[in-house]
Amino acid sequence: MTSAVPGTLAAFLCFFSLTVNVPGALAQEATGKQPAATAKPEKKLTEIKIGYLRAYAPQLALSVLDVPPRDEGVAGGNVAIADNNTTGSFLGQKFSLDVIEVKPDADVVAAFQEMIAKGDRYVIADLSVKQLLSIADLARDNGVLIFNAGATDDSLREEECRANIFHTIPTRSMLADGLAQYLIWKQWRRWVLIFGSHQRDQLFAEALRRAATRFGGEIVGEKLFEDTGTARRTDSGVVQIQRQMPVFTQDLPEHDVLLVADESEVFGTYVPFRTWTPRPVAGTAGLTPSAWHPASEQWGGTQIQNRFAKANGRRMMSKDMAAWTAVRILGEAATRTQGADPRKMADFIRSDDFSIAAFKGQKLTFRKWNQQLRQPIFLGDNRSVVSTSPQEGFLHQMSELDTLGVDEPETKCVLE
Amino acid sequence: MQRRACALAILATGFMAGPASAYMAYVSNEKDNTMSVVDTATMQVVKTVNVGQRPRGITISHDGKHIYLCASDDDSIEVIDTASLEIVDTLPSGPDPELFVLSPDGKTLYIANEDDNLVTVIDIENKKVLAEIPVGVEPEGMGVSPDGKIMINTSETTNMAHFIDTSTHEITDNVLVDARPRFVEFTPDGKQAWVTAEIGGTVSVIDNQTREVVQKITFEIAGLRAESIQPVGVRITADGKKAYVALGPANRVAVINTQTYEVEKYVLVGQRVWQLAFTPDQKTIISTNGVSNDITFIDVETDEPVQSVTVGALPWGVVVSPNLNQPN
Repeated sequence: MTSAVPGTLAAFLCFFSLTVNVPGALAQEATGKQPAATAKPEKKLTEIKIGYLRAYAPQLALSVLDVPPRDEGVAGGNVAIADNNTTGSFLGQKFSLDVIEVKPDADVVAAFQEMIAKGDRYVIADLSVKQLLSIADLARDNGVLIFNAGATDDSLREEECRANIFHTIPTRSMLADGLAQYLIWKQWRRWVLIFGSHQRDQLFAEALRRAATRFGGEIVGEKLFEDTGTARRTDSGVVQIQRQMPVFTQDLPEHDVLLVADESEVFGTYVPFRTWTPRPVAGTAGLTPSAWHPASEQWGGTQIQNRFAKANGRRMMSKDMAAWTAVRILGEAATRTQGADPRKMADFIRSDDFSIAAFKGQKLTFRKWNQQLRQPIFLGDNRSVVSTSPQEGFLHQMSELDTLGVDEPETKCVLE
Repeated sequence: MQRRACALAILATGFMAGPASAYMAYVSNEKDNTMSVVDTATMQVVKTVNVGQRPRGITISHDGKHIYLCASDDDSIEVIDTASLEIVDTLPSGPDPELFVLSPDGKTLYIANEDDNLVTVIDIENKKVLAEIPVGVEPEGMGVSPDGKIMINTSETTNMAHFIDTSTHEITDNVLVDARPRFVEFTPDGKQAWVTAEIGGTVSVIDNQTREVVQKITFEIAGLRAESIQPVGVRITADGKKAYVALGPANRVAVINTQTYEVEKYVLVGQRVWQLAFTPDQKTIISTNGVSNDITFIDVETDEPVQSVTVGALPWGVVVSPNLNQPN
């Protein structure tokens, strides 16, 4: 089942045609409706079509504030398209985003083939591991580059890595390492871990265990919180939770921090302030590691935040930033290679000359061994940024960003 | 030891000349919404002025009578009388003004509006917007050629230097530079424009005739990782021989020989150094060190840091009065 997302892109481009009075070229083409006749004929309009393939279904959350926005990720991609088109107006380049949605468990091959048929040579993917792998070979055979902006699974960068898939969203291990470095920096070394019963909860729990081993934390106790299929929110649920959570955490050994691994939104939000002993909570609740924070204003962040909020009427989330970065990478490649030749653009992205600025205080580059984008990790509560990792003192011979996640000597990835 | 001796020498000179004949340095403090007034002879803060919200870009009229200050979060430019140190006027600026440059004839301000991808041109006397020029994403750096004919804006996400004809307000050339271009400075002869790239970590030297990058300057500091070297502010001596480049979180100012493009020295100043200003006699250059809340006086002759002076919170920009005997 596929469905096209209605014309946010068209609205964007119209907005740009009004605001950008492009000198010497092409303001009209930005509407996407005009032919390529121009004032300066030496500047030919080059089209760069980007597909955006996402698995979407409405999701529940323990707090209504945490229900993912309808256009999570796509909104970031659209802002980057607008940014690319402002730059493109000086170079005769026009970018567009073609969004197709499928259900989270659906077959994506047909949708992907549709994108190939339309001429998309770059696809931003927000899909499950299984879905992504089902199109990887098809993408390779058709010269399509995929940018994973949704799946945090380490396996996609390790045993299941692919030469034509780049990853702009950080892995669970990068997120867990970013959090662990901060806890160690604080000298809060004794942790207990409560994890959910779904696979993704267990994967994040595993990333936290790995981080403990790497940075010198100790997990002194663990507990599984079984999902018994209760409703996420009920009228008198709060009363019960206030009584249940202390009891659930009563038998945990003495610890500095309580770690929560609940990506499935079954219990995590209910842990802070309800534990038996008064301890800080971190992980998927409390202090949370992320690719972006909706309140980050450092490193020019105010500008992307303002731009994003103005265009979308909401704050920018991690997946929005991952998609923005992926589309901007393509914009940067088109700018630097002065064209839209997919081969040249791919070569540039893989080259030593490539880097991208994404409001994180330093240039971001790809790890050559698995094509994961190196990036700092934000640590914040739901109001503000607490810190960013890597933390001071975590050193690395190549890049301190490589203290986050699976490093080259440990990688299981073999790019063909 | 040498540094202290040098500092004493300068202090002595200052006292001999007497405090009344000092230049005044004006520092915008982004965080606490103030402007520090610093006597450059005694190297002391003589006054702290409350200004609008989030003051960043700062410059001064050629007669030294008015300071222009970007109050970014108030979407305006404040005009501060240097005699009374009162805010006497505001200029229309367009939204979120960050950085601007004054035309050589002192009549026009060219302002970068970060949020709207615009450069706004203001007639100061009539307080009128003369033009709004669409540029790349996140305009920031602003420079004007010594003859006033060419203005350059750099856009931080588009990564270009946009050359703009000041008579037509049209972009004539777009020169690609490295990531996050923050600042542009013309050489005194107008033949080159130096553009810093904060995330790229480089300075691109652009030939103003061919509009091509003729040199790319890189930096290397032993013991510092490359990512922490983030060039921002640039100033070039009036004789055109030396360029000073503020290197952000590298906490240093690079001194570059403009003939060879070699970095001859890295001067250690304070933390997160962003902007620079010469005293009019060119004997001293002052850096703003945001994270350490201070400014550093550097002796231009020896390129030694002379003294650091605590100012307000997160000092951003600095400008020095063009004439002596500024009242305080």
